[in-house]
Amino acid sequence: MAVCVAVIAKENYPLYIRSIPTENELKFHYMVHTSLDVVDEKISAMGKALVDQRELYLGLLYPTEDYKVYGYVTNSKVKFVMVVDSSNTALRDNEIRSMFRKLHNSYTDVMCNPFYNPGDRIQSRAFDSMVTSMMVQVC
Amino acid sequence: MEAAAGGGCGSGQPLLLSEGEQQCYSELFARCAGAAGGGPGSGPPEAARAVPGAVSAAAGPVADLFRASQLPAETLHQITELCGAKRVGYFGPTQFYIALKLIAAAQSGLPVRIESIKCELPLPRFMMSKTDAEIRFGNPAELHGTKVQIPYLITEKNTFKRMDDEDKQQETQSPTMSPLASPPSSPPHYQRVPLSHGYSKLRSSTEQMHPAPYEARQPLVQPEGPSSGAPGAKPPRHQASLIRSFSVEREPHDNNSNYPDEPWRITEEQREYYVNQFRSLQPDPSSFISGSVAKNFFTKSKLSIPELSYIWELSDADCDGALTLPEFCAAFHLIVARKNGYPLPEGLPPTLQPEYLQAAFPKPKRECSLFDSYSESMPANQQPRELNRMEKLSIKDMADFPVPAQDVTSDDKQEQNKTRLEQNKTRLALKSTADEALPKDMSEDPATKSGLLPPPPALPPRPCPSQSEQASEAEIHPQLNRAPSQAADSSPTKKDIPYSQPPSKPIRRKFRPENPATENQEPSSTVGGPASAATGKPHTAVQKQSSKQKKAIQTAIRKNKEANAVLARLNSELQQQLKEVHQERIALENQLEQLRPVTVL
Repeated sequence: MAVCVAVIAKENYPLYIRSIPTENELKFHYMVHTSLDVVDEKISAMGKALVDQRELYLGLLYPTEDYKVYGYVTNSKVKFVMVVDSSNTALRDNEIRSMFRKLHNSYTDVMCNPFYNPGDRIQSRAFDSMVTSMMVQVC
Repeated sequence: MEAAAGGGCGSGQPLLLSEGEQQCYSELFARCAGAAGGGPGSGPPEAARAVPGAVSAAAGPVADLFRASQLPAETLHQITELCGAKRVGYFGPTQFYIALKLIAAAQSGLPVRIESIKCELPLPRFMMSKTDAEIRFGNPAELHGTKVQIPYLITEKNTFKRMDDEDKQQETQSPTMSPLASPPSSPPHYQRVPLSHGYSKLRSSTEQMHPAPYEARQPLVQPEGPSSGAPGAKPPRHQASLIRSFSVEREPHDNNSNYPDEPWRITEEQREYYVNQFRSLQPDPSSFISGSVAKNFFTKSKLSIPELSYIWELSDADCDGALTLPEFCAAFHLIVARKNGYPLPEGLPPTLQPEYLQAAFPKPKRECSLFDSYSESMPANQQPRELNRMEKLSIKDMADFPVPAQDVTSDDKQEQNKTRLEQNKTRLALKSTADEALPKDMSEDPATKSGLLPPPPALPPRPCPSQSEQASEAEIHPQLNRAPSQAADSSPTKKDIPYSQPPSKPIRRKFRPENPATENQEPSSTVGGPASAATGKPHTAVQKQSSKQKKAIQTAIRKNKEANAVLARLNSELQQQLKEVHQERIALENQLEQLRPVTVL
C-alpha cells in the first residue's frame, strides 16, 4: 500500500503525483524529487549499450527512517516512483512489482487516448481510480 | 367517508357517488393529500394549518390534476368556485369530490352547475387518454400522460409556481402516483422502473417519427438527479412537438426496459447517423477508426479537450487507441448528450457498451447496401436534414468548417485561382466538409463569368497523377453525401462522374484551339506557368453552373498538363546541358592530368 505515487516525465517534471496524507504533501514531493537522482544513477549504471537488457523495475531506491522509495522506469524514460511506509513490512518485492505493472498498464491506457498529449498532466479518471486502489486507505 | 363527505357537501346537497367513482376519487384525493402531507416543498403547510386535523389536498397537486383534465382555465376556475374550495380556502374531501364530478360533467359537455353533478356521469378524464378514462396506475398510457402533462404544465404559468423542475422530474419518476398529481416526495427508488416503462414507450412510439422530439424527451427524462437548468429549459421549447408526438402515436408495449438509463440509449435514427459518420471516416464498418482521425473528428464538436479525453476513456473499452463501430457510436452518443447538457456519467452506461450495441444493432451489412443505394439517389434527403436538426450541434460545428474556406474562393482573379489550387490541396484533408463547401460555392458562382476554377475543394489539385485518388474520392463522396450535407448532394456526385470518366476526351476538344495560345506562353514562364497560362483562357460561355464547372475543371487539368509539359521539357534541356558540361569538365581534367606529370617532372 503506497503512501505516495508519482509519474515523472522524461524531462524530469511530474506528470502525476498524489500522496495520501494530504497534509504535508510537500515532504513527499521533495522525496520524489531527490529520488530522481538515484533513478538516473541506476539507469546510467546499467550501461548504454544494454538498453534492451535493462530491467524496468529498479527496486528500492533508498530507504529513509519512515519510508522506502521504489522506482520503475519505462522504455521511454518515464519514471514511476512509489513511496511506501516502512512500518508496512508485509509488503514484498513481488507486490511492489505488480503495483508498478498495474501503473504501467494504466499509463499506457492513458497514452492510447488520442486526446492526451504526451507531456500533459495526467487527468484520466481511470488512472486516478487505479492509483486510489493502490494507496493506503486512511480512514 | 365518501358518503359523509357527500353529506357534508358545501352546497348542502348530498353528493351521490357510485362505487367506481368513490374509489377513484378517494384515491385521487389520497394522492393529492399525501402529496401535501409528505412533500418537502410542495404541500403548502398552510393548507394543513388552515384545517388542522382534517385532511386536505394541497393546492398544487390539485391544480395539476385539474389542468390535466384539459379543460379550459375558465372552466376550472368555475369548478373550483362551485365546489366550495374558494369559499373555504382549501380542498377538503367534499370540495375535491365535487370538483371531480364537475370536471366529469364539463368533459361530458354538461354545463358547470351544481345540478349537473346530480346525474350519473362517467369518471372525469384526466390527460391525453384516447382510451377511456379509468385511472390506472402504473399503466403505460398514464406514464405517457405524465410526460405530456409536463409540457402542458409548463405552458400554463399559473399562480401555482411550484411547478418547477423538481416537480417535473419527480412526476416522471413516480410510478404509483397517478399521473395527474405531482408528488414531490416520490421515493427515489421508484425512479428507475417507470422511467424505463414510460421512456421505452416513448421510444417505441416515436421510433418512426421525426427525430426532433428526441431532444425534448431527453431533458424530460433525466435519471441522474442533478437538475441542470439546461435540460429544464428545453422542455418548454420542445413541448409543442412533444405533445403532438404523444397525441399521435402511442404503442403501449414494453421493449428494452431492462436498463433504466434512457438518455444513454441510442435510437434507430441516431444509430444510422452514427454509422454514416463512421463510414465517412472509415469506409469499412467492421474495421476501426484510428485515434488521430477520431480526434480530429470529435474535436469539431467543440467540446473541451479534457471532456473529450474523458469521453474517449469511457468509450474506448479495450483501450487500444482506435474505435470500432460500437465504440464510435458510444463516443458520439456521449458527445451528443454532453452537448445537450447532460453531465457525463461516471462509468459507461450499460446501453452504450460495445457488446450491447453490437447485439442491439447487428446489421451493418444491410445499412451498407441501404447506404449505397441511398447515395445514388439524388439529393434532398429528408432524413439527413432531420438528423441535422437533431444533432444540430455537432453538425453545425462540422458545417462551420467550410465557411472560412469559402471566403477565399469567391474571387475571379488569377492569383486567387492559384491560391485556390493550393487550397484545394489543403482542403483535401477536410473531407467531411467538402460537400458543404461545394454547393455553397456553386451559389456564388453565377456571378463569375470567367469560369475560373470554382472550388471543388474535395478534388485533388493535380488531375493527372492522382487519377486513382479521384476514383477513391469519388467513392468517398457518395458516402459523404449521406453525412451532414444540408444542401444538394447532387452536385458532388455529378461532378465526380465526369472525373471518373477519362477526362482526356473533353480536354482534347478544348486543347486544340487553346494550344497556339498556350504555346506562346509556355516557354516564357516556368513555375508561374500554370497560373499565367490560365489567364484569358476559358471564357467559354457557360450557362449552367455544373457545365461551367466541368469546363473549368477541365481547364485546370489542361493547364496543369501544360505546366507539366513545360517543366518536363525544361528539365530535359537542362539535363542535356548538364551532361555536356560534365563531359567538358571530364575532358579538361583529363588534359590536366596528362599535362601535370610532364610539368612536375
